[in-house]
Amino acid sequence: MAGQPPETSSTPEDLKRTPLHGRHAAAGAKLVPFAGYEMPVQYRGIVAEHQWTREKAGLFDVSHMGQALLLGPDHEAAAKALETLVPGDIASLKPGRMRYTLLLNEEGGVIDDLMVMRPADRDRDGTLLLVVNAARKDVDFAHLSSRLPAGVRLTPAPSLALLAVQGPASAGVLRALHPDIASLAFMEARELALDGVGQAIVTRSGYTGEDGFEISVPDDKVGELWDLLAADERVMPVGLGARDSLRLEAGLCLYGHELDETTSPIEADLDWTIPKRRREAGDFPGAPRILREIAEGPSRRRVGLKPEGRSIAREGAEIRRGEEVVGIVTSGGFGPSAGGAVAMGYVSRDALGADTLDLVVRGKAAPARIVPLPFVPHRYAR
Amino acid sequence: MTTRYSKDHEWVRVEGEVATVGITTYAQEQLGDVVFVELPEVGKTVAKGDEVAVVESVKAASEVYAPVSGEIVETNGALEGEPAKVNADAAGEGWFFKLRLSDASELEALMDEAAYKAHVEAEA
Repeated sequence: MAGQPPETSSTPEDLKRTPLHGRHAAAGAKLVPFAGYEMPVQYRGIVAEHQWTREKAGLFDVSHMGQALLLGPDHEAAAKALETLVPGDIASLKPGRMRYTLLLNEEGGVIDDLMVMRPADRDRDGTLLLVVNAARKDVDFAHLSSRLPAGVRLTPAPSLALLAVQGPASAGVLRALHPDIASLAFMEARELALDGVGQAIVTRSGYTGEDGFEISVPDDKVGELWDLLAADERVMPVGLGARDSLRLEAGLCLYGHELDETTSPIEADLDWTIPKRRREAGDFPGAPRILREIAEGPSRRRVGLKPEGRSIAREGAEIRRGEEVVGIVTSGGFGPSAGGAVAMGYVSRDALGADTLDLVVRGKAAPARIVPLPFVPHRYAR
Repeated sequence: MTTRYSKDHEWVRVEGEVATVGITTYAQEQLGDVVFVELPEVGKTVAKGDEVAVVESVKAASEVYAPVSGEIVETNGALEGEPAKVNADAAGEGWFFKLRLSDASELEALMDEAAYKAHVEAEA
């Protein structure tokens, strides 16, 4: 038997560790290299952790992600600086709200996808908190720093850790740490003093399609926060394996898979991240290509793919219509909640209307249908 | 009835001329949750080292090789509906296929239980 990715029980010394590394190892996690970090891929088992998150609450260490502060004299100046690099509406972001947006290159390709949060506290007006992908943080921070105007600067926050609590029991679990947490709206952010932990930035957001929260705390406090949360019987630690199957079922993009520097937001079906004001102004990187794609349709589009049989098409599988190659699978796997194989990929414009396409799995054609995303309905707090 | 092991983590249990083949308990632990098994066709002739089956976990697909040469005489159809049997009982109900040996001497190149155990410890 062969073919599985190498398991790494030995640690190359150049891999970074989050402050929770010792707890993961003690909990029996399988640790693997991911984006330059040694991270838990699973504790008990990917399917069990996936299902627990959909039914109760999963606890994720996502401290490898990049956090940074964008600091300007006031919100207007900070937002204006960031808007030169992203196509989202940052100017209208209200205190205590967050938004998903994209860092774009001059060709309209995606350098990274990120969350932008405006603190609720009026004293911090002019500050934006950014959360970017682990594998892209160096690229992102260099890109941002070199393009900010005088008076606005980027300060990476490498000593901030990040936990996610995801699933229908999340609000109930977190209420024990602060009574106000359960009143947060979806995509709301608040700075709160958590019992037994101290100051934290709590957002109602996540990457699973479920209701949930992300909590940013200093490195030296995250162990206490992890222990408090893990002690709750509704909570199970969840590794990167289930994080991937949960986000795939939720139809969410993963950088390096659905998104890269050649892919535009329109190809990625992320049109909704570009509001009317920005389209009319056309004042973001790659605007000519992106506006043309909005008007004429992109040459290829990200879609959901549901194989009809049981075989699993994974990343890199060709998508064919008859003998013709019309696309490629960018993420594929088994969806425990979907009850079978699920995939996302890019399909050329003229093949988007096909009834069935073939995914090539080990040289054999596996018929699949283009289906609307997500595979499992979102259950965000509304 | 003896059980032999391949370095690729297959087990082979021989009764007369027929060998039953599966993956080891260690292998299923490494794979994690098995969600799909692709089995060979009955009647197919395979040579030692050929790819004969595929086992898919949530994480990845892995090939299962023929540890010995022969003709496939039976496959474990129960795995199509219940692939998780591979996790629950890799050495028993989770068997993959049976083949009629074409060269019984190939068995001698496989490991016994003690040697396989040492092989796993060396790999871990």
